[in-house]
Amino acid sequence: WNLNVQTKSKKTLARPGVKNIVLVEGVRTPFLLSGTTYADLMPHDLARAALQGLLHRTGLPKDAVDYIIYGTVIQEVKTSNVAREAALGAGFSDKIPAHTVTMACISSNQAMTSAVGLIAAGQCDAVVAGGVEFMSDVPIRHSRKMRKTMLSLNKAKTLGQRLSLIGSIRLAHLSPELPAVAEFSTAETMGHSADRLAAAFGVSRVEQDEFALRSHTLAKKAQDAGLLQDVISFKVPGRDIVSKDNGIRPSSMEQMGKLKAAFVKPHGTVTAANSSFLTDGASAVLVMSEEKALAMGYKPKAYLRDFVYVSQDPKDQLLLGPTYGTPKVLERAGLSMSDIDVFEFHEAFAGQIMANLKAMDSDWFGQTYLGRKSKVGTPPMEKFNLWGGSLSLGHPFGATGCRLVTTVAHRLQKEGGQYGLVAACAAGGQGHAMVIEAYPQ
Amino acid sequence: MAGVRALGASLSGSDTIILSLFIFPSLFLARTHVNYEVKGDVAVVRINDPTSKVNTLSVQMQTEMAEVMNEVWANNAVQSAVLISSKPGCFIAGADINMIQACNNAEEVTKLSQEGQKMFEKIEKSPKPIVAAINGSCLGGGLEFAIACQYRIATKSKKTVLGTPEVMLGLLPGAGGTQRLPKMVGLPSAFDMMLTGRNIRADKAKKMGLVDQLVDPLGPGLKSPEERTIDYLEEVAIEYAKGIVNKKIPLRKEKGTMQSKLCYYIMSFELVRNQIYKTVHGKVMKQSKGLYPAPLKIIECVKTGVEQGPTAGYLAESQNFGQLAKTPESAALIGLYHGQVACKKNRFGTPQREVKTLAILGAGLMGAGIAQVTVDKGVHTVLKDTTLTGLSRGEQQVYKGLNDKTKKKNITSFQRDSILSNLTGQLDYSGFENADMVIEAVFEDINIKHAVIKEVEAVVSPHCIFASNTSALPIKDIAAASKRPDKVIGMHYFSPVDKMQLLEIITTEQTSKDTTASAVAVGLKQGKVIIVVGDGPGFYTTRCLAPMLAEAVRVLQEGTDPKKLDALTTGFGFPVGAATLADEVGIDVAAHVAEDLGKAFGSRFGGGNVEVLKTMVDLGFKGRKSGKGCYVYQPGLKVKEVNPEIGEILEKYKMTPNPAVSSDSDVQYRLVSRFVNEAVLCLQEGILNGPLEGDIGAVFGLGFPPCLGGQSSTLVISSSKCCFRPFRFVDTLGADKLVEKMRRFEAVYGNQFTPCQLLLDHAKDSSKKFHK
Repeated sequence: WNLNVQTKSKKTLARPGVKNIVLVEGVRTPFLLSGTTYADLMPHDLARAALQGLLHRTGLPKDAVDYIIYGTVIQEVKTSNVAREAALGAGFSDKIPAHTVTMACISSNQAMTSAVGLIAAGQCDAVVAGGVEFMSDVPIRHSRKMRKTMLSLNKAKTLGQRLSLIGSIRLAHLSPELPAVAEFSTAETMGHSADRLAAAFGVSRVEQDEFALRSHTLAKKAQDAGLLQDVISFKVPGRDIVSKDNGIRPSSMEQMGKLKAAFVKPHGTVTAANSSFLTDGASAVLVMSEEKALAMGYKPKAYLRDFVYVSQDPKDQLLLGPTYGTPKVLERAGLSMSDIDVFEFHEAFAGQIMANLKAMDSDWFGQTYLGRKSKVGTPPMEKFNLWGGSLSLGHPFGATGCRLVTTVAHRLQKEGGQYGLVAACAAGGQGHAMVIEAYPQ
Repeated sequence: MAGVRALGASLSGSDTIILSLFIFPSLFLARTHVNYEVKGDVAVVRINDPTSKVNTLSVQMQTEMAEVMNEVWANNAVQSAVLISSKPGCFIAGADINMIQACNNAEEVTKLSQEGQKMFEKIEKSPKPIVAAINGSCLGGGLEFAIACQYRIATKSKKTVLGTPEVMLGLLPGAGGTQRLPKMVGLPSAFDMMLTGRNIRADKAKKMGLVDQLVDPLGPGLKSPEERTIDYLEEVAIEYAKGIVNKKIPLRKEKGTMQSKLCYYIMSFELVRNQIYKTVHGKVMKQSKGLYPAPLKIIECVKTGVEQGPTAGYLAESQNFGQLAKTPESAALIGLYHGQVACKKNRFGTPQREVKTLAILGAGLMGAGIAQVTVDKGVHTVLKDTTLTGLSRGEQQVYKGLNDKTKKKNITSFQRDSILSNLTGQLDYSGFENADMVIEAVFEDINIKHAVIKEVEAVVSPHCIFASNTSALPIKDIAAASKRPDKVIGMHYFSPVDKMQLLEIITTEQTSKDTTASAVAVGLKQGKVIIVVGDGPGFYTTRCLAPMLAEAVRVLQEGTDPKKLDALTTGFGFPVGAATLADEVGIDVAAHVAEDLGKAFGSRFGGGNVEVLKTMVDLGFKGRKSGKGCYVYQPGLKVKEVNPEIGEILEKYKMTPNPAVSSDSDVQYRLVSRFVNEAVLCLQEGILNGPLEGDIGAVFGLGFPPCLGGQSSTLVISSSKCCFRPFRFVDTLGADKLVEKMRRFEAVYGNQFTPCQLLLDHAKDSSKKFHK
């Protein structure tokens, strides 16, 4: 297909007085369904694997970066600054500071743009950014009552006090608190919100299943064709070497049609098959100023250009981030939709993607909610998520952002395009979009 | 009351969407209210009254509905039907009250009821399943329609409420409601619904078995949230209608939980049912004192239907409906409803500036209460006190009010926090330059009020309105200290502010119209029923209450026990007894008011000895708030005992009753006539704008709503809230009869019972009525 795409000799987005910041390399562990091969690891183990993979692939000296930033969503309390633990474990110099950021599904986007910020501000020249999510093990807490009792027990001085505290424990104390993928502000689960969003935009079940099937089919093709070069092999302790994503399962419309609605029962349209699945995985990218990269002898993959963060109503527009972010970042970059050669949108739910596409295609929505004269316009499907997406490759919340950016860089190289666009939605009604420019080959 | 909001709106109606693009309806009969479209094999019947904001079961609506349903039934291409409203926020809000009022006698109303019953019977027996798709209010006749359908789907929208509010108008559900509801939700829930008339939210309705399925409201998509939600509801309802035809969706679901199965089993015993009738009857008698016939008739209809079968049940329903519609109680309740609607409008127009920041001085019960009803309306609310402890108590009151709503799941904890972010508590005047209105709720002392008004005027911007929440001090006296008296107004709230619906707004001759408009707008935003009255000592409500309380003290001094006093007053239609009322208002406030108004009005306000109240205050018996007043209040204890210590006080100030005017009935009339006379005098002096506002003020200002403290009691007879209405009372009793009694009391007690001129005019000419 790269024959169809002509490299247009467009102006570059380089601006005088603004540092060129480049993506040198991007890697990720294979994304696995949670509870499979990674089941016995800890989050920082995955992050460590991604970092080591990056070191290995780039040949980067272990003291050559100035800073490490990681994104994650569900935190393992023992490694709350997972960036630091992973960096130490991956053998990076202990002189390199590291911090962890969290912004739901765009956490690693935040890690990357933080890196861009540090470089742009002249504070750093080389930063490693990444993300990790580990859903095979999540913190399940004792109930608040139980926690209170246990904390009081710590402070109890006499046996009598201890016994009376222990005696106060009731059956209700023992019910645990499970983490849920639900909005704190609205108490609505994301799947439920996605179903309502799909309904609001009149997205049918068939449309959703078709899109999910497309994602799996394209992912399978890309995997088979060896296009997913960002995936590194990972020797899991006590298990085999993992080198492939394991969630890619092209099915048929008939089979998918048999599934029952998962959230809005019974008449909903979002099912397990047209939603992204719980995934374990980590990613890492090396971001540098262009001059530093060149000085170190690297051939950068792409320029990281304009980016925006957006946020809106966390109830009714929870997953509309791409619709808000896309026109905004294009405007910043002075580009139009037709200038973009490669689109990589985060696929949380097929219904969410379809809803965003319909929102971008609606004059009414553009006028009423985006304050535009007309619609945003939709990305052409022949440029859209061509190597699969979160629905098929998997979606480790904290790690997906780096995958999107790296994929854009790789697709630009492969397809010969000049500009790529990343867009993603995130819990809290937030969103992100970034323009990426191919590095001249 | 939403169920009958129809009548208010149906007269005004203008802004409506007329769906003119129907393809299917007959070309010859231009139907305007009901239309249908066939989608696949499902007939989608859409209701939309183009002349009103809400749909009511008017004659036109019923005729067109019957036509459409006949076509649906005759159409072989149709297998099932969906009944849906095109109006966002309203399914069917009830029957058309005007239609009932237009009937000349009970028989005609009975006939109306029977026609409704027949129509819904046809719906119930429809060979093609009908799915009622409910979004917005589904009340009264609307609910009866819905429960006659084979299946009900409701949106979880906040606007979707189901209920049978007929009892609030002195009526009963007259189109099969008393017969179908018990079968659908069981006896206890059916009684609860019909006797309280309360609105039931969709999720609760699902749990009760009142609706079969819920649909989530949608956010914006390719259309506005409201429009898209209706479309979505229709799409889902069509799927269900098809599913019912295909037998994929069962119509009668086996009741799920063990508990409800058990419940149904128990209800199969006549003994248990009889016990329920008895209990409910007892509660109704206790709360309504037998003054309102509708609740008893509802019980009768249900009982007849359950015990003697549907034929007898439906007959009882239609006949009782006819009878009730022509009772004075019903007429009065409907009149009150109209009055309430009128007092929910701003007759002073739109104010030039919207109040976006409201500052309240004094974080006491009243101040914090005003903050409570303001902060959740999107108004930035500043609560200022002089001490940290006072402020802390006030802020806690606001928090608690919202947190209680959270516990009841009316709002989420997140909404609570977000609402509270609109509240600023402070001890100084910083930021007051941004205030659009300042309401003072400081101590009732003219000097303090003057000091406060000067402090405020030194810091606020020129447009800021100064309102005083005083219960008795004349506003013009307060305004005397103001540099801009046109911006000064009285806003008299009633305690507890979050429960009491009335707001009495007091204007002086200098108050500008825009100031009044702004105060009314704020009050309406706070959800208040508003009367606007002229300035004077005690304004309207306090002024009428004072002589009655003075009389009550005299009655106590004459040796009547507080419990007896309460029984006499409630027996007359007051929602709370005089002694309890004094405790609720506060004995200290009552003493203060009695003294102030006594000075202002002289011997006419005499009667009981003010010293009785003052002594009580000195001993710390300030009423409910201090734990002791006429009664002793203990937390958690519902039954209250008479405070034994007031016996001594009353003994000290003992008076000898005059047997000529001391029968129970005479005592009642002594109390009531002083109230009424003062109310009529307020009208005569122009304090009141009209008798309607006078009645509304009495009902909503003095009547403690039944929900007060009664959250746990499930059977509250809402109509008991409709208490004493002074002007309606004079019309009903006859001014001449009242004057005759007053003359008799006057002979014993003097000018306290001298009828005012306006009352005498009405007594002379029996054709003169306050209410037309």
